[in-house]
Amino acid sequence: MKLVEYEGKDVFVKYGIPTARRFGVVKIGESPDKIKIDSFPCVVKAQVLAGGRGKAGGVKLAGNEAEAREFAKNMLGMKMVTHQTAGQALTVEEVLVEAGTDIEREIYISVIMDRKTSRPVLIASKEGGMSIEELAKNKPELIVKIPVDLEAGLLDFQARELAFSLAIPKELFCEFTEFAKKLVKVFTDYDASLVEINPLVISKQKKLIAIDSKIITDDNACFRHKEMEALPDRESSEIEKEAKAIGINYIGLDGNIGCMVNGAGLAMATLDTIKLAGGNAANFLDVGGGAKVEQITRAFKIILKDSKVKAIMVNIFGGIMKCDDIASGIVEASRNVKISVPLVVRLEGTRVREGKEILAKSGIKIHQAESAWEAAQIAVGLAK
Amino acid sequence: MSIILNKNSKLVVHGITGSQGSFHAQQCLEYGTKIVAGMTPGKGGTTHLGVPVFNTVKEAMEKTGANASLIFVPPPFAADSILEAAYAGIDAIICITEGIPVLDMARVKKHLNALNAAGRNIVLVGPNCPGVITPEECKAGIMPGYIHKKGNVGIVSRSGTLTYEAVWQVTQQGLGQSTVVGIGGDPIQGMNFVDTIKLFNEDKETKAIIMIGEIGGSAEEDAAAYIEKNVRKPVFSFIAGKTAPKGRRMGHAGAIVEGSSGTHEAKVEALRKAGVTVIENLSEIGKIAAAGLKDAKTANPR
Repeated sequence: MKLVEYEGKDVFVKYGIPTARRFGVVKIGESPDKIKIDSFPCVVKAQVLAGGRGKAGGVKLAGNEAEAREFAKNMLGMKMVTHQTAGQALTVEEVLVEAGTDIEREIYISVIMDRKTSRPVLIASKEGGMSIEELAKNKPELIVKIPVDLEAGLLDFQARELAFSLAIPKELFCEFTEFAKKLVKVFTDYDASLVEINPLVISKQKKLIAIDSKIITDDNACFRHKEMEALPDRESSEIEKEAKAIGINYIGLDGNIGCMVNGAGLAMATLDTIKLAGGNAANFLDVGGGAKVEQITRAFKIILKDSKVKAIMVNIFGGIMKCDDIASGIVEASRNVKISVPLVVRLEGTRVREGKEILAKSGIKIHQAESAWEAAQIAVGLAK
Repeated sequence: MSIILNKNSKLVVHGITGSQGSFHAQQCLEYGTKIVAGMTPGKGGTTHLGVPVFNTVKEAMEKTGANASLIFVPPPFAADSILEAAYAGIDAIICITEGIPVLDMARVKKHLNALNAAGRNIVLVGPNCPGVITPEECKAGIMPGYIHKKGNVGIVSRSGTLTYEAVWQVTQQGLGQSTVVGIGGDPIQGMNFVDTIKLFNEDKETKAIIMIGEIGGSAEEDAAAYIEKNVRKPVFSFIAGKTAPKGRRMGHAGAIVEGSSGTHEAKVEALRKAGVTVIENLSEIGKIAAAGLKDAKTANPR
């Protein structure tokens, strides 16, 4: 789960990590007038799940209350595209208003799980701010990486090494080493896959302040973080949420061939096969390993909600899931849902002969294919 | 010969009395796998599917001579189950469970690395994987048994149903598999591509290797580097996700750690450079591997 900035900062506050003073959060549909602001300049920040907000107009400095409210009003509902949104526009549904900071220096610091070494690694640079990825490419020597032991956390000497390499001023030295240890603790306590502060600021008043936060937590660890379940799912679209609720993994795409596949790898490969045949998939859909009639019916409903869909390709490799069960599911689903577009089905695996027979005898118009490649070619032809 | 499991493997199934464990243990037994024990804390002394159930792995080993673990324990308890097997002395551990927290697996890896550094030789396959099968000898996992056939193609894959697809195509070409290993797709896992390919490379029965990868991470790139240096058997590969939409990112740390690796292009390029035959069409895995294997037999292996 990805936390937006203010949710991440709530976590920081719990751990004693200093953040800028908050005036409030305004949600879409609410009036920014409810927020009392008593120091200026203040910052108005769009709460979306992507970096690069500053360059996209999602961070504004306001000199007085009227200006801050104006910014907040304009930002709410705004569609935002940054270099991290992969071309999609995110709607700003919340804005955070907090005190501005007199920045003297910007530092980059994060903790991430390193797949290669199977342990967290703390990454930092004394030159933080907006162009950290450029820095990593051009001056990798300015990036510090410290492997962290999961059980022991960041050790004292590691925290000192880090502080020296970031040239932390003497008066902030101890505060910084404590801060770094807390940051690692947030990572492990919250089952995070990323905790990032960019930038961590040293203010002109010689204070350490986290003026941004990015926290991503592990969905698999939700069972031991009941508090996380209360947070809203900001990543999925309505249709994706509906699919998730019934155990189907659905992601909407731009093409016109709806897909229903069992298994994520095969589903991904099916999209590739459709592309290879000259078409484009309308969705990624993994019905999971134990799909029953109910799931198959719902999956068809979900696929057909997308009006772009001109043909549906079903690609099932029956393992534990038997092809005759899938075939019965398709037949029954077609009685419950009006499948108004051509349907191409490729069944293979356990009890495939019985499955194909059920489809053939059903009286429903189904194009049966022997391989994923054949099915994709038929579907692409029919969708034109 | 084969890798990881063979006809002498004696399995203890963790979570054998649960619904998943029970169903799949039954399927494995029907395939002919030697399941000698079950393990469910609190159910020791009972019998399930005709197999004696024990409270601990240690006891199961002492009483039955079990030498491999197959784990179906629910996610909150699965990491502990892996460690129980490892500390009891089991060297082949296959964990099917999907949804284990990443930090739990990071802790497991730390322990396994320490045990192996002290002289053990523990192999963990998974989690979140279909398991391992040495056809006609031992099936330890959730794959449909009948699609496999004894032979000399080694198959290793990150995905479940995509593995079955490759296996089935190979079988339909009249070939068979030495061993099929589903390493799973979790960010932190037991054996990776390199570990598995190393075993296939050393295995006399394995004449060719098929590696089914997907986008993300750098396991395929690492495998390419290993193959280029060490493997002289023909290697075929399919990488899923060429057209997958690029995900939204948050933060910069991932890009700093992993750089440009992980894309379909980067993986295919690395594999081709290493002399691997990269197959573009999902439905041609079996055909191309069979043709390649035939060529390799007539000509000298590279």
